[in-house]
Amino acid sequence: MRRGQTVILNLVAVAALGGFLWLAEGNFDGYKIQILNLIAINIILALSLNLIYGFTGLFSLGHAGFMAIGAYICSILIMTPDQKDMLFLLEPAYDWVQNAQAPFLVAVLAGGLVAAAIGALVGFPLLRLGDDYLGIATLGFAEIIRVLANNFPRLTNGALGFKGIPDYANLWWNFGWCLVTLYVIVRLLKSNTGNVLKAIRDDEAAARAMGVNVFRYKLLSFTVGAFFAGVGGALLASLLTTIDPKMFLFTLTFNILMIVVAGGLGSLSGTVMAGIGITVLLEWLRVVENPVDIFGYELPGVPGMRMVVFSLALIMIILFRREGLMGMRELHWQSLFKVFSRGRA
Amino acid sequence: MAGDVILATSDVTMRFGGLAAVTDLSLAVRRGTIAGLIGPNGAGKTTCFNMITGFYKPTMGTIVFDGQEVTGLPPHKVCKAGIARTFQNIRLFGNETVLENVMIGRHLRQKTSWIDAVLFTPGYLREDKAMRAHCLELLAAVGLADLADEQASSLAYGAQRRLEIARALATEPSFLLLDEPAAGMNPQESEDLMGFVRTIRQDFDLTILLIEHDMKVVMGICEHIWVLDYGVTIAEGAPEAIRRDPKVILAYLGEEGGLHA
Amino acid sequence: MNSATFIQHMLNSLTLGSLYALVAIGYTMVYGILRLINFAHSEMFMLGAYFVFWGITLANLPWPVAMVIAIVVTATLGVVVDQVAYRPLRDAPRISALISSIGVSFFLQNVAIVFFQAIPREVYRPQWLENPIIMGGVRVLPLTLFVPLLSLALMLGLIWIVYRTKAGLGMRAISKDIETSYLMGVPVNRIIALTFGIGSALAAASGIMWALRYPQLQPIMGTIPGFKAFIAAVFGGIGSIQGAVIGGLALGFIEIMTVAFFPDLAGYRDAFAFVLLIAVLMFKPTGLLGERLEDKV
Repeated sequence: MRRGQTVILNLVAVAALGGFLWLAEGNFDGYKIQILNLIAINIILALSLNLIYGFTGLFSLGHAGFMAIGAYICSILIMTPDQKDMLFLLEPAYDWVQNAQAPFLVAVLAGGLVAAAIGALVGFPLLRLGDDYLGIATLGFAEIIRVLANNFPRLTNGALGFKGIPDYANLWWNFGWCLVTLYVIVRLLKSNTGNVLKAIRDDEAAARAMGVNVFRYKLLSFTVGAFFAGVGGALLASLLTTIDPKMFLFTLTFNILMIVVAGGLGSLSGTVMAGIGITVLLEWLRVVENPVDIFGYELPGVPGMRMVVFSLALIMIILFRREGLMGMRELHWQSLFKVFSRGRA
Repeated sequence: MAGDVILATSDVTMRFGGLAAVTDLSLAVRRGTIAGLIGPNGAGKTTCFNMITGFYKPTMGTIVFDGQEVTGLPPHKVCKAGIARTFQNIRLFGNETVLENVMIGRHLRQKTSWIDAVLFTPGYLREDKAMRAHCLELLAAVGLADLADEQASSLAYGAQRRLEIARALATEPSFLLLDEPAAGMNPQESEDLMGFVRTIRQDFDLTILLIEHDMKVVMGICEHIWVLDYGVTIAEGAPEAIRRDPKVILAYLGEEGGLHA
Repeated sequence: MNSATFIQHMLNSLTLGSLYALVAIGYTMVYGILRLINFAHSEMFMLGAYFVFWGITLANLPWPVAMVIAIVVTATLGVVVDQVAYRPLRDAPRISALISSIGVSFFLQNVAIVFFQAIPREVYRPQWLENPIIMGGVRVLPLTLFVPLLSLALMLGLIWIVYRTKAGLGMRAISKDIETSYLMGVPVNRIIALTFGIGSALAAASGIMWALRYPQLQPIMGTIPGFKAFIAAVFGGIGSIQGAVIGGLALGFIEIMTVAFFPDLAGYRDAFAFVLLIAVLMFKPTGLLGERLEDKV
């Protein structure tokens, strides 16, 4: 297939998504729109984790930390000084926190950039570590971020967190950022830099022998991943309108890891599909935790059941389909056409 | 400057804990030659390669390449200086295509970055196109042009060996280290390999140092040979002299009963 | 700070440290053999404590009996987890088993939420652990002596198993080289199961004593002590049982003493361990007693 055709098909797909969102905005109820929003944000987060883990082989469990950074930075920038005045009850905010303000686009970018900067900073020492050590150290990093959020009331309002964050993150913003993330990561991976990242994942020693400054490329991947994790966190804060340190527990990273593993480590299209599937599954599973009314009999909801099913699903995937939905394969227009033409024949 | 020494190791020693893997190794490889490093299993040949390419930092001694000291430089800097290698147990990037494997070797000589790729700058597009063309030429040179889009791990054994060499050539080396290039090949394939090694030396202006067990190959293409046993250099010289050296014969008799050549 | 409070702090450090050490041993043994960070280990700690609670409340068992039964049940569960969730992945990339263990950890934790509910529960404490005794002018709870002593006894038992029995020889062989151990006829799978059993038993014992010391049960109670114990194992040198003990005690001391001398830092208490972890990984990745693992080219 020629490049021009692919570009046209991509544009058609984006237009179709736009049309769908336009219809959804007009016709869907708030709950369904919320799920669509979460899908977009989860895809952003999972794509960035897949870049780090699936394509570069860096087992990072620090996503919740980067998300927290993005969420706090963005929230501080989009809340009005009056709002912050009312919010910081425990201790007044620092002056710069109190007065800082920026439009939503700038705020989200700032969230991503600060997350990226901190990612580069912690990546510098941590990325020298090998796989599972890196995992546990990045997990430690995320925990430290959470403890800091609890202990800097003048910056984060401590354990109370923020409430009433402006809800700018609508379908257009979220899916817009989702497309930007997808575009940047696809271009990055299609360039020779992407080949180098995959080389590091496949055989680090051989990559070094081929002149790859392994550390530099690891840092690049980790920083770009941290940026989009920060963006995802920023959007999530504005979507949910409340954040507090408890939100950024390891569970959050676990959910995203689950999407990446289910979609296939090293498959972007797998991540997108799993992002949709798992977000819907997670929402649908809320049913089991709510009381159900069946013909007048009330069945009590079972707290915890949702995560029981969810974690069981992860174990099953790892045990029986380790490569996830797509493995390292990608869905191309070409392969789609093949499927359809086979269907016709 | 043909004929001068391109790679010199002086009294290089590598110890792991108390064990000396290589002792006082002094190689002097002349520019444009094909040289060989032989010796029984465990003699320290691969350790030499690992020291030259920066994977190990020698305990003592210096390595000078083309007038520049490279002792203890990290592998990617050694590669940038112009030394490329292959591995004894072929180490390709198995999940990537054949072409991508070669392109990875090319990244060192690349000027545009991934940001240019995101922005679709004209410079990037031009370089990317040129790079792909160049890598395809390299693949053609090793006879793999038809397989450019295959996954590297799906190649047959001999093709994997050649791909590994193409990938090394992509880094534009002036010095190539081949670790047992003929391993697992039948006599006909070994014969072809010898011709191939001579051709790439000619076409890419290389100096080649190889480790090899197949004495036919070693004696057939090497112009100068060093023999290691237990990390110590027991002989060096032209193939004819090595073949008759009693110390070499003894070292090999201890293992597998002489030089089959 | 007078000497009485200081002694009190010392005893508290020793108690906390030995609890960490018991859990750390399980991490280090499994890592030594399978190179797996067993995330589910912290749930053994939690479940052990709950099993005692239910043994006493539901079956009216006397406390020591409930404790022994809880330890046995937890040990069995540890073996089952290995058989179901890790053993099929022995030949898979190492990270697969790690992800599986994260899944098991979340699974067990949420099963506990489903069955035991998320509300914290009060723990029954035997009277003889509660009555303070006066030693040299210092009021001491028998509990603060009981915990380190029982821990010591368990550790001595473990060392006896590892260094004096055939099974222990098998464990040491496998941790050196699992493939060769297979070839030499070591019953590898049985020894691995035993390792999980012993590790889980020690974690359960630690959880039970933790529940006595900080008398509350919660399904998430294992998470933070589990992380800290793992860090203790890394600090001591992962793979080394002695290292895990030293690391656990050291972490206990660092935590208690830092908060005692710098009360302002109390809010950061849970971050100490992680800072320590990152520092250790940076400057001495093999820990205090660990061996260097060479990167093969």
